[in-house]
Amino acid sequence: MNVLLVALGAAVGAPLRFLLDRAVQGWVAARGWAGPVVFPWGTLVVNVIGSAVLGFLVAWPTGEGLMALAGTGLCGALSTYSTLGYETLRLAEGGAWPAAAGNAVLSVAAGLGAAATGAALALAWS
Amino acid sequence: MIACFDTMKEGVVGQWRVVGVVSAGGVAGSLARFGLQTWWPSVWATLVINVVGCLLIGMLMVVVPRLHRLARPFLGVGVLGGFTTFSGYVVDARFLAGEGPFWLALVYLVGTMAGAVVATWSGVRLARLLTRRWAG
Repeated sequence: MNVLLVALGAAVGAPLRFLLDRAVQGWVAARGWAGPVVFPWGTLVVNVIGSAVLGFLVAWPTGEGLMALAGTGLCGALSTYSTLGYETLRLAEGGAWPAAAGNAVLSVAAGLGAAATGAALALAWS
Repeated sequence: MIACFDTMKEGVVGQWRVVGVVSAGGVAGSLARFGLQTWWPSVWATLVINVVGCLLIGMLMVVVPRLHRLARPFLGVGVLGGFTTFSGYVVDARFLAGEGPFWLALVYLVGTMAGAVVATWSGVRLARLLTRRWAG
């Protein structure tokens, strides 16, 4: 049963990441903020959203089924480390060392902050 | 970006096909992650998953121009994106910080990030080496 719930959550989470990433990158480019270095804002946004929701779920009295669907499936597939790793490497290889380091540090700091915020909200409401 | 901006030219049907393969790949990758974490229920399993996923994305991005045009959305955005997880990494680090010594959470946070970038770089180099050998 949990396998099906994880699959269902991932079936929504992965395409949601793809579409959100594209929307954010398009939005940034349309405002001329992209600059000479294309900073991966899209991946940062999906990872922060996934961290906030998962942070909420682990602090909320969540059942096993909801955790499989929304936590392991949806948040797991919505957030990504492989794209983060690849985009950080690409920035570094392109000589944009401050952007590469900034991407790594900002991702971790914003992710931790988002998860803490989600957990605080869950504790306040439960 | 891993996202496939070039698909925008292919019209609505082409775009939905890409979204569909991303979804299917995401299910496969997430089930692999779920299976591994069920078999090895530890935050260190998440670390291994994320680092291995990065090694594989590095390899994939070298060979992907030679593959089918849906290979990148399916394998890269879908399978590896679904296999690896950033939200799980962050929540695992918070768990470690709450349960054990603080330095262990720091080792986990920095270790995954450093491991991820080194693994991606290694994947790129390894795939370049292998494709050159096969081509030669």
